[in-house]
Amino acid sequence: MGRIEDSFARAKAQGRGAFIAYLTMGFPSEERSVEAAGDLISQGADIIELGVPFSDPFADGATIRAAAYEALRRGTSLAGVLRMAARLRAAHPDTGLVLFSYANPLYSMGLDAFARAAADAGIDAALAVDVPLEERGELLAALRPHGIGYIPLVAPDTPPARIAASVEGLENSFAYAITVKGITGERAALPPDLARRLDAIRAASRLPVAAGFGISTKAQAEEVCRHADGFIAGSALVKCLAEGRRPCLR
Amino acid sequence: MKTHYGIYGGQYVAETLMAPLRELEAAYEDARRDPAFAEELGAILRDYVGRETPLTEAKRLSAHLGGARIALKREDLNHTGAHKVNNTAGQALLARRMGKRRLIAETGAGMHGVATATMAALLGMPCDVYMGATDVERQAPNVQRMEMLGATVHSVSEGSATLKDAMNEALRDWIASSDSAFYVIGTVAGPAPYPEIVRDFQSVIGREARRQCIGKFGRLPDQAIACVGGGSNAMGLFAGFIDDPSVKLVGVEAGGRGIETGEHAASINGGRPGILHGAKTMLLQTPEGNVIDTYSVSAGLDYPGVGPEHCHLHDTGRAEYTAIRDDEAVAAFDMLCRFEGIIPALESSHALAEAVKRAPALPRDAILLVNLSGRGDKDMENVRRWKSARAAAAAS
Repeated sequence: MGRIEDSFARAKAQGRGAFIAYLTMGFPSEERSVEAAGDLISQGADIIELGVPFSDPFADGATIRAAAYEALRRGTSLAGVLRMAARLRAAHPDTGLVLFSYANPLYSMGLDAFARAAADAGIDAALAVDVPLEERGELLAALRPHGIGYIPLVAPDTPPARIAASVEGLENSFAYAITVKGITGERAALPPDLARRLDAIRAASRLPVAAGFGISTKAQAEEVCRHADGFIAGSALVKCLAEGRRPCLR
Repeated sequence: MKTHYGIYGGQYVAETLMAPLRELEAAYEDARRDPAFAEELGAILRDYVGRETPLTEAKRLSAHLGGARIALKREDLNHTGAHKVNNTAGQALLARRMGKRRLIAETGAGMHGVATATMAALLGMPCDVYMGATDVERQAPNVQRMEMLGATVHSVSEGSATLKDAMNEALRDWIASSDSAFYVIGTVAGPAPYPEIVRDFQSVIGREARRQCIGKFGRLPDQAIACVGGGSNAMGLFAGFIDDPSVKLVGVEAGGRGIETGEHAASINGGRPGILHGAKTMLLQTPEGNVIDTYSVSAGLDYPGVGPEHCHLHDTGRAEYTAIRDDEAVAAFDMLCRFEGIIPALESSHALAEAVKRAPALPRDAILLVNLSGRGDKDMENVRRWKSARAAAAAS
C-alpha cells in the first residue's frame, strides 16, 4: 500500500473523509508555502497537493491564477516545486504528496526526467489537469516505473463507463471528482445534485473518490464527505495566504 | 475524426471539456454528411460573404521586382475584410444546428472577433468576445466594430494580455457554459476536432485558388505562400494544393525584430514541442515550460503556438516555414499600396514580403500564389506609429 491509499484508509478508520489540501507552491513565497503545507498537516491534512504555477492556467479561477502569476514572478519552476516537496517529505514521512500541474511543465522537463525527479523528491502521485484519458498513455508509462501514481479527473457528466476506464489499472491513487462544471474557485453553494453524482461516481470507481472545486467551508466539506471518501480544498486556502492569514477552512 | 498529426495535436483539455468535444465531433460528422448543411453554408458564402473571391495578378509589383509573376488570392474582399468569416460562418451554423444559444470567441487582431460577431448578428445570437487588453488598445477600430455588431467585448488584462490569455479566458467561459454556448475557435489550433473543422471551413480558399490558377494561367502555381500565426488562412490555402507535389507550400511566420533577438512570434522557427490550449504544438516557451510573451507588429500573428498540422507538415517537409521581420512586412505593405492600390493587412504583408524576396530570383514564367488573407484598414494607425517610432530611433 502507498501513502495515498493509507491516507484514505486512515481517514475511513477514523470515520471521516480524507482532507486533501491544495497550495500553489511558491506563493506567497517558497518559505511561506512550505510552512503553510506543514501547518495544514498539523491541522489534519492527509494529503498535500503541490500546485505547480503555470503561465496559462485556463482551468483555474481568479484566486489560484493570481497566486500562480505571483509564484512565477518570484521564479518558481517545476524543479523548485520538487525541491519544496523534498523538504516536506523529509519533515512528514507519512503524508501523501500529490504534484498538481498543467501538462506543459512536465513535458518540458521530459516525462522520464520528471518522473525520476518526482520519485526522488518523495512525490506519491501526479495529476495533470489537461491530460485526459485519451492522452495519458505516455505520462503513465513514465510514472509507473518510478512507482508514482496518477490521479484521474472525473467531471460532473463523465459517464460511468468512462469513470471505470479512467481508474482502470491505477494504484496509489484516487479519483478526483470535479463538483462543478467550471473552473476552480470558492462557491457559496454546491450543485443540488452533487450527492447523487458523487454516489454514481463512487459506484463506478474502484479507487477512493475525493471531491474538489468550490469547497471552501468545513460545512461544505462535511456535506461532501457523506458521499465521497475525501475532499479537496484549494482556492479557500490560497486565499488565506493571499490575505496574510494562516491557511484554514472556516 | 483526425485527432493527431504526427506527434502533434490531440485533446489536452480538462476532463470537463471532453464531453463538449465529443458532442462537437458528433455534430460536425453529422453536418458534413448533410447536403442541406453544405447548401446553407454555400449560400451564405455566396450571397452574404461575397465568394468566390477573385485571383488578382499583381502586374506592376511583379514588373517592379522582376522575375516571377505574383498572383493574389483576395480574401481581403470577403465581407468583414478577411478570411476569418469562412470559418465563423461554418461554425456559427454548426452552433445553431446543435441548439447552442450563445457564441464565444477569442480574438487577437480582432478580425476573428468581428467575423464571429457578424455571424452572431446574422443568426440572432448573443456573442462574447475575449480580447487581450494590449490588442484592445492596438486594434481599437475592430473593438468598435464588434460592439457596433452587438457583441460584448471582454478585455483580458492578465498574463501577457494578448491572444493566448484571451483564449484562456474563452476556455474558462466555455468550461462553465458548454451546455448552452458554442466556442468558435478562430484558427487551426486548440483541441481536436477544432484544427480539422477550421481547416475544412477554410479549404474553400485553396479549392477556389487552384481552379482560378488553372483558369487564368493554364497551370498550377509554383509556390503557394501564406502567413502563419495559428495558421488558418495558410491551412485553407494549402488544403487546395496538398496533393500537388509540384506546388511548394510556404508558411510565413512573424519574425518580429528578428528570430535572433527573441522578440518574435515564430513558433516553428523558434520554438520546441509543447502543450498549450488543448494541443501538442511547436511552442515558444521558457526552459521551465512556461509560455513566452510573443512579439510582432501584427497582432494577428502574435500567438506562441501554431496549428498542429503545420507542425507536422514542417516535420515531413511537405511545407516550408520561413520568418519575415516587421520591417520587411511593412515594406511589402507599402509596395502593395503603391503598386497595386491594395492596402493589405499586416498579417498578409508577411506572406507578401516572402514573395517579394523570392520573385526576383525566379524565372518570368514562375507563379507565386500569395494568400492576401485580409485588408489593412485596421492597421493604418499601427503602420504610422511603427514608422514614426523607427524614424525616431534612427534620428537618435
